[in-house]
Amino acid sequence: MDIPYTVEVRRDTGLTNGKIGIWLFLASEVMLFGALFASYILIRTGAPSWPRGDTILNVPLATFNTIVLILSSVTMVMAWASLMRHRFGAFRMYMGTTILLGGVFLVVKYFEYSDKFHHGYFPSTSNFFAIYFTLTGLHMLHVLGGMLVNAYFWGPGAKQWKTNPAWFTNRVENSGLFWHFVDLVWIFLFPTLYLL
Amino acid sequence: MTTDHAADIDRHVRIYITVFVALMVLTVVTVAVSYLHLPVPIAVAVALLVATVKGTLVACYFMHLISEQKLIYAVLLLTVVFFAALLALPAVTHSNGYWIHP
Repeated sequence: MDIPYTVEVRRDTGLTNGKIGIWLFLASEVMLFGALFASYILIRTGAPSWPRGDTILNVPLATFNTIVLILSSVTMVMAWASLMRHRFGAFRMYMGTTILLGGVFLVVKYFEYSDKFHHGYFPSTSNFFAIYFTLTGLHMLHVLGGMLVNAYFWGPGAKQWKTNPAWFTNRVENSGLFWHFVDLVWIFLFPTLYLL
Repeated sequence: MTTDHAADIDRHVRIYITVFVALMVLTVVTVAVSYLHLPVPIAVAVALLVATVKGTLVACYFMHLISEQKLIYAVLLLTVVFFAALLALPAVTHSNGYWIHP
């Protein structure tokens, strides 16, 4: 049986099922990160003292990673726009770049984490590092998850472009919504963890 | 693809480039402000304000919320209410001095 409302919109919602599904998922993600942000506020405001992030963490590397994620958001939306223009080659290039930029982000985080471990900083070291590793670790898992989905659409999933281009375009849009959300979370993580 | 549709996508792409430039500028602003070493409450306010502007740009243009269906707005409104309640919990706890006199 075919999955309903993948291309045509439902009359009652005005949306495809995939679109409403991804937004409901993102709403749950807001609550997940919201709970951790609330914990961060509670622990920080209750602490007798709290270090400024830039005295412990590497701001230049995190700034570089911020630029990388913003760039990847642009290439992601350009991948979708390329499909809307029926330019499959451009889609492949932009989607490939998005995946590569996600990889660059993870490599930079690997060096950041390695440096912290090398200096003896672990989640158990202090509340600051517990919050830092939990929030950035969960965010990294989201980057990895987004990369895997994007890699599927870049590779084997792209076959659908030949059989059902409209559905494929919608799927790429939904995967893009998740990727932009991951960028959005980092936009708040960067100043709150590294700069304040 | 109709000519109108193609022109529409071209317009979208121009907007994406503009938003990208704005996000880059705001990232520089975020980092530059941190070097001013402002008092913590002001630094927090400025950092969150700039982050909110950046987040709004991403949500409105990259995630197309600027022209979305009403149901999505309804879902997000509900999310904002619960998110605000979640962030208000530390403030309520703080005003009760919970951790000072447990």
